[in-house]
Amino acid sequence: MIREFSSADILFIVTAARWTLILSAIAFFGGAIGGLLIALSRSSHSVLLRRLAAWFIQVFQGTPLLMQLFLVYFGLSVVGLPIDPLLAAAVALTLHASAYLGEIWRGAIEAVPSGQTEAAKALSLSYRDRMQHVILPQAMRVATAPTVGFLVQLIKGTSLASIIGFTELTRAGQIVNNATFKPFLVFGTVAILYFALCWPLSLLARHMETRMRRAITR
Amino acid sequence: MYQFNFQPVFENLDLLLHGAWLTVKLSFMAMCLGLIVSVFGAVAKTSGIRPLRWLVDIYVEVIRNTPFLVQIFFIFFGLPAAGISMSPNVAALVALVINVGAYGTEIIRAGIESIPRGQIEAGRALSLSPVQILRYVILKPALRNIYPSLTSQFIYLMLTSSVVSVISANDLASAGADLNAKTFASFEIYLVLTILYFLLAFGFSTLFGAIRRAFFTYPAGR
Repeated sequence: MIREFSSADILFIVTAARWTLILSAIAFFGGAIGGLLIALSRSSHSVLLRRLAAWFIQVFQGTPLLMQLFLVYFGLSVVGLPIDPLLAAAVALTLHASAYLGEIWRGAIEAVPSGQTEAAKALSLSYRDRMQHVILPQAMRVATAPTVGFLVQLIKGTSLASIIGFTELTRAGQIVNNATFKPFLVFGTVAILYFALCWPLSLLARHMETRMRRAITR
Repeated sequence: MYQFNFQPVFENLDLLLHGAWLTVKLSFMAMCLGLIVSVFGAVAKTSGIRPLRWLVDIYVEVIRNTPFLVQIFFIFFGLPAAGISMSPNVAALVALVINVGAYGTEIIRAGIESIPRGQIEAGRALSLSPVQILRYVILKPALRNIYPSLTSQFIYLMLTSSVVSVISANDLASAGADLNAKTFASFEIYLVLTILYFLLAFGFSTLFGAIRRAFFTYPAGR
């Protein structure tokens, strides 16, 4: 039975957007922790840690997010866990975000002049104090704009979770489309909602980038 | 304990390798056509003709702020409702071209803006035609500046193109999905698919690096 595309359908799609937000938030915060570890490993003195982090980044930036999702999804049963789309999507997107944020933040850490590290060492600050109070606060200023930019990429990336059967914004659109068969309207609505989530962030990232550039050139 | 079974994958490796070739072909075609779109987009954006600039701005912002998956659904399922229907393969190519065109527009615009105004004025002073100025004074030197962005965009495009498997367009991910439907060796298949994508990405980035060293190190053969 094909029914009309009604306000109830729009409501269903809009409320499904919360799962897009939740999944993005999980991946972003998980990715922030993972990314920090990757960035610190990547800029550490240990050759082994640097190699491992570089390898991690290369693997996750050199393979499609869709394959990463499938691998984790089917991999859950390999390690004996129940197959759960939310868990799979959260794990895959967290690993994905860790690699990208790790690479962005490594660049930011390396952008801090080496004199800062030397000065901190001369003051005999421990590694932890050096990072926490000297390097990372300065790196953060460089990192914010590209981090917000990556958040846009991450929100868009969560749409792929629909392919492994997790009902977020895109999957909700597919469900409504299957019932109403109004693909133009349905996917148009879905696109507008993604745009409403992503565009302000893109503008913010661009705004921060121009401000940053002005601050540097001055 | 999970029993790994790679046999169905290795027995059908030729199918997957053929899929990899299709992915390379699709990505190349999409990149070439996408670059044409990008050049037009970038020229329109820097042209100073207001309505044209707004149009390109809307195109770029809409594409960059919506997921590729939704774009391909819109093109493959939505457009037929408006009277434009395409086969999965054509829809996949069109979606990729439109997508990479938006990112490419921004890359090429940045390249054009990296050319000092004086250089364009010098071209004019030599009474080159606008087309000659665009080709020799703007695009060629700009290409050197944007080569790294363009090549990483190509690799990103190739990875993104795996999404076209959702509308069953022919590519590596679709070859894997077909094999999965036949053999159910899901994890093994997707592991090998991931490795193949990685090898493609790694191979092309090595190739592009070699090309850059050969042709784009300053001062290149002029």
